[in-house]
Amino acid sequence: MVSAAKKIPVGAHYGWKDWLAQRVTAVIMLLFSIVIIGFFMLKGGVTFADWKELFRSQLIRILALMFLLSVYYHAWIGIKDVLMDYIKPAGLRIGLQVAVLLFLLGCTIWSVSIIWGV
Amino acid sequence: MPSPHPASRQRPKYYDINLLHLPMPGLVSIFHRITGVVMFLFLIPAVLFVLQGTLSSEAGFNQWKSIFAHPLAKLILLGFVWSYMHHLFAGIRYLLLDVHVGTALEPARSSARIVLALGVIATLLVGVRIW
Repeated sequence: MVSAAKKIPVGAHYGWKDWLAQRVTAVIMLLFSIVIIGFFMLKGGVTFADWKELFRSQLIRILALMFLLSVYYHAWIGIKDVLMDYIKPAGLRIGLQVAVLLFLLGCTIWSVSIIWGV
Repeated sequence: MPSPHPASRQRPKYYDINLLHLPMPGLVSIFHRITGVVMFLFLIPAVLFVLQGTLSSEAGFNQWKSIFAHPLAKLILLGFVWSYMHHLFAGIRYLLLDVHVGTALEPARSSARIVLALGVIATLLVGVRIW
């Protein structure tokens, strides 16, 4: 027996997850930005020892990765929207979207290796 | 030149692509988009490169320190700072619009002006700090 497809491809609920994720990641980045900017504006003359010590803390490592993951997810949604607006041929658009995804996946792996390689 | 099909006649097209002709909210919006794309393409890899270099060794740290002492590097940094700050303040404005704060025409225009000003002010503050 064939049942009707349950997914509704159009309508007001399509895309709300991206919409929400874009805002949640934005707020996470906003909070982290205040801390990061505060650190660099207040603390002048950061030495290598300070810098290295900062990233030896497991808490800082996890917070830094959370910030970067928010950046990558936010960038994925944003760039996908831009590509959907301007790149009309479907094949090219999908190809570029795959390239963006692979790039951001690479950045994620690279971030982990930098942060935990200290 | 008359055409048998009125719909296929060449209609005049006019695209006003001069950004300066946009109203303030439009200018904030297109800058939000441009800064987002620029940061995706250049700032993300740059931050990872600097993070890797400065954390790898004392020599790497000092190398980046001397690079950032160069005026050209400071200018590029300020370009990224403006991109980040404009994107951030414009984003806060959109979050407020989402919860129906300032959606009328006049408040929307003045908040757009404030966003543009805050981006520039924040960049100037960082400029003063690093010079």
